[in-house]
Amino acid sequence: MTRKVVITGLGATTPIGGDVPTMWNNALKGVSGARTLEDDWVAKYELPVHFAARCSTPALDVLSRVEAKRMDPSTQFGVIAAREAWADSGITEFDQDRLAVAFATGIGGVWTLLDAWDTLKEKGPRRVLPMTVPMLMPNGVAAAVSLDLGARAGAHTPVSACASGTEALHLGLELIRSGKADVVMCGGAEAAIHPMPLAAFASMQALSRRNDAPERASRPYDTARDGFVMGEGAGALVLEAEEHALARGARIYAELAGTSVTADAYHITAPDPQGLGATRALKAAMFDGRIQAEDVVHVNAHATSTPVGDKPEYTALRAALGTHVDNVAVSATKSQMGHLLGASGAVEAVLTVLAVHERKAPVTINLENQDPEIPLDVVTSARDLPAGSIVALSNSFGFGGHNAVVAIRSV
Amino acid sequence: MASNEEILAGLAEIVNEETGLAPEAVELDKSFTEDLDIDSISMMTIVVNAEEKFGVRIPDEEVKNLKTVGDAVSFISGAQS
Repeated sequence: MTRKVVITGLGATTPIGGDVPTMWNNALKGVSGARTLEDDWVAKYELPVHFAARCSTPALDVLSRVEAKRMDPSTQFGVIAAREAWADSGITEFDQDRLAVAFATGIGGVWTLLDAWDTLKEKGPRRVLPMTVPMLMPNGVAAAVSLDLGARAGAHTPVSACASGTEALHLGLELIRSGKADVVMCGGAEAAIHPMPLAAFASMQALSRRNDAPERASRPYDTARDGFVMGEGAGALVLEAEEHALARGARIYAELAGTSVTADAYHITAPDPQGLGATRALKAAMFDGRIQAEDVVHVNAHATSTPVGDKPEYTALRAALGTHVDNVAVSATKSQMGHLLGASGAVEAVLTVLAVHERKAPVTINLENQDPEIPLDVVTSARDLPAGSIVALSNSFGFGGHNAVVAIRSV
Repeated sequence: MASNEEILAGLAEIVNEETGLAPEAVELDKSFTEDLDIDSISMMTIVVNAEEKFGVRIPDEEVKNLKTVGDAVSFISGAQS
């Protein structure tokens, strides 16, 4: 008998809210977190993209100066989200040897790495601080969360570009099902609004250039979409074996019914135009959760707003759900908060859990002229989801051909 | 040339910046590890910041001899002259 896994705690810090309640309220309203960057490095390096979606609450408003000093900004966001999720779970007494961490990032400590490189060039090796290595390592966020909570059943960092956060949930589910842990703090964190990653993503033509209207730049499924908007932040979810949650009388948001990870083996960055890898991921997650197409009422799509990315996901959804896809309420929440890269899957999973729990689908903004080649039922104003047992899916796809899907079922 | 009092005050500021400890807790007879609970990574950060602040060089092999705040003040004072 497979252990059932439920979600009992949620945390987030994002461009549309520094905690889960604020983010959720805004997600239902439909706001944009994208803003023009005021930093002098935008002009100094003549960046072609002048905007991004920064976290609405700076990490230093939440963490103490001394604890923040020892963390890369990505780890700061991760710890903030994990603390919120942990408090939300209400867990007070637990076996540290049965608590694991699966906390992802796409890029890791890029600010720390590049700051240290600047310091080395300008001031020499003596000034490169001894905390540089633990701050830049991609497992830094999982390690910091493990240290913060006292989690001793392993601290893992799945890295699969923009699928990382979703892959963390896949790993968390496996850790509980296999009996290696009873509780897993899952999540994803990213902080890459730095001139180098902005230049690199712009160089590959992945970013929107709508410099004159940042709030309207992220427009998944719109005919005028021209790239994604860089976001930052973190999401966190407490996964718990159902019997563990029931024994302590926990509030259960939803069941993590099924997950999957596949690889395209097609191209290093371009998605398979037929969406075959994504289709296999969708089908595998549904099989894993014993889910029929008709059970699915809502999808939080990966939908980054790139010209080439949005359509193959539609093709995959149609292949996996058949004609039932026409009855599914699809939300593209990157329209509001931009693309949080390795954190996006975790934050979108938080939104998907809330959608199932609150029975409301969040809003897709900036959809003015829907691409006729993507005839999905896109949610443009907050919509109620049906009563009864329902399932929602959240998709994430990453450079490298990574596809990850999670299926959330109501309880 | 900073006086011993000025070096102590400067060190206290650096320790506060790194650890959050109140500057007045940083006294001459306090041990960095035993009393102030400063780990080796923080100690190296403090050393590097002190080098910049006081314009001295504190060799890595000397750091292990700086057990108390007083040891550090004496070393920096001597290195300045």
